[in-house]
Amino acid sequence: MSYTKRFDGRGFEELRSMKAKVGVIPRADGSAMFQTGKTIAYAAVYGPRDLHPKFMQNPQTGILRINYNMMPFSGHGERVRPGGSRRSKEINMVIQNALLPVLNLKEYPNTVVDVFVELPQTDAGTRCAAIVAAAMALADAGIEMKDLVCAVAAGRVEDKVVLDLDYYEDSHEDGADIPVAILPNSGKVTLLQMDGEISPEMLKEAITKAKIACKKIYEVQKEALKARFATR
Amino acid sequence: MQEQKAHLLKALSKNTRYDGRKALEYRQITVEYGISGSAEGSARVRMGGTEVIAGVKIETGTPYSDTPDQGNLMVNAELLPLSNPRYESGPPGEKATELARVVDRGIRESKCIDVKKLVIKSGEHVWSINIDICSINDEGNLQDASMLAAIAALKDARLPKLTDKFEADYDAEKTKEKLPLARTPVEVTVIKIGDQFLVDPLVDEEDLIEARLTVAITEKGTICALQKGGELPLSVEDIEKMVSIAQKLAPSLRNTLG
Repeated sequence: MSYTKRFDGRGFEELRSMKAKVGVIPRADGSAMFQTGKTIAYAAVYGPRDLHPKFMQNPQTGILRINYNMMPFSGHGERVRPGGSRRSKEINMVIQNALLPVLNLKEYPNTVVDVFVELPQTDAGTRCAAIVAAAMALADAGIEMKDLVCAVAAGRVEDKVVLDLDYYEDSHEDGADIPVAILPNSGKVTLLQMDGEISPEMLKEAITKAKIACKKIYEVQKEALKARFATR
Repeated sequence: MQEQKAHLLKALSKNTRYDGRKALEYRQITVEYGISGSAEGSARVRMGGTEVIAGVKIETGTPYSDTPDQGNLMVNAELLPLSNPRYESGPPGEKATELARVVDRGIRESKCIDVKKLVIKSGEHVWSINIDICSINDEGNLQDASMLAAIAALKDARLPKLTDKFEADYDAEKTKEKLPLARTPVEVTVIKIGDQFLVDPLVDEEDLIEARLTVAITEKGTICALQKGGELPLSVEDIEKMVSIAQKLAPSLRNTLG
């Protein structure tokens, strides 16, 4: 089968239209919103702050804690019951691993940096949107960072490598979904997952294309951060 | 705390507050409809710095055995840890539960939704209306903002398409059919600190509350739910005064719904 035209009419390597804003939640120490197509992620950072329960404290370093949550009305179809799931637990872990390499939390022993991500509306690519928003929120909170973190889902639909899959592409029977997070300056990969099936050649193509796309996301992040600090 | 209370009471005696408002003045309110396409209805309410979003999910279900000719309504509130450093992840605590239940009563008891019109097949299939309220930024008075957001989301809602098996078809576009809304209740929470009354408290003012009364009011001026909170008791005169304050302010809140 040949995938000749994307369901929503985009070019195969074209990202959905993006929006980013930093400082959207005044009560938080840092916050950001990132939207790609119909997927919207809000991220708020609180901390470094005291960590309870105490046994979780690490005297060598502060820790990063992620809390990814889909709002109950944000899913395709029925209401999502609030509270954690196996899926959200795993996502918290992979987002933590995606962000940690750029953070220096050694300065804040025994503390926690809490990142809360909330999604009011989703159309696939939520963990990537969460990472993009969280990276901006961490920068807004003034946490020491070596780099930003950009993320996008690459994938395969039939015979084509595509970027930034929406719900219909993501749930397409003959394909693969590959969320990737990239550190834009070093080019290193900090998130890589996949479900579906793909050849090694196409996998390489997908990751290479995701890396190029992340440059565009990086520009959007930088612009949003600049706009935030220009208005102060 | 005593010092802060004395300070606020002194300001209130001159009819002013930390942010320059009068005691019985709300912050600026904006209502935005249709902020989540995944929901059947949604809205965002900003009350000064406070931001709340509400989403309505409409599903098909079976009616409760004691109300075979009524649709189902559920209200839930999440005090998201993203919105306030004091909130923690986990199942809803006392505050979130009270918030949701007081919104629920305001909607249910006002007969705002004509639940009889939510019946698809008597005793078997009905529409279930699930309202979820999420705090985005809590700078005080989540109660009144949440009620407004819930009502706005209900007004924004459109029924999903029904399959021949009496299930909602979420792949199809929503129908143009609105929910059967008969009333527009709003909630005004009046605060008592010392011998002073105020509305729309900031978080710092909420910390000083001695007693509060949430009054749900329909457009006819009837009262459809009450909730007293706070540690100190109220006199009958206090209650009369607080209800009349709420009744005076309710129309301006309702007007923000457009």
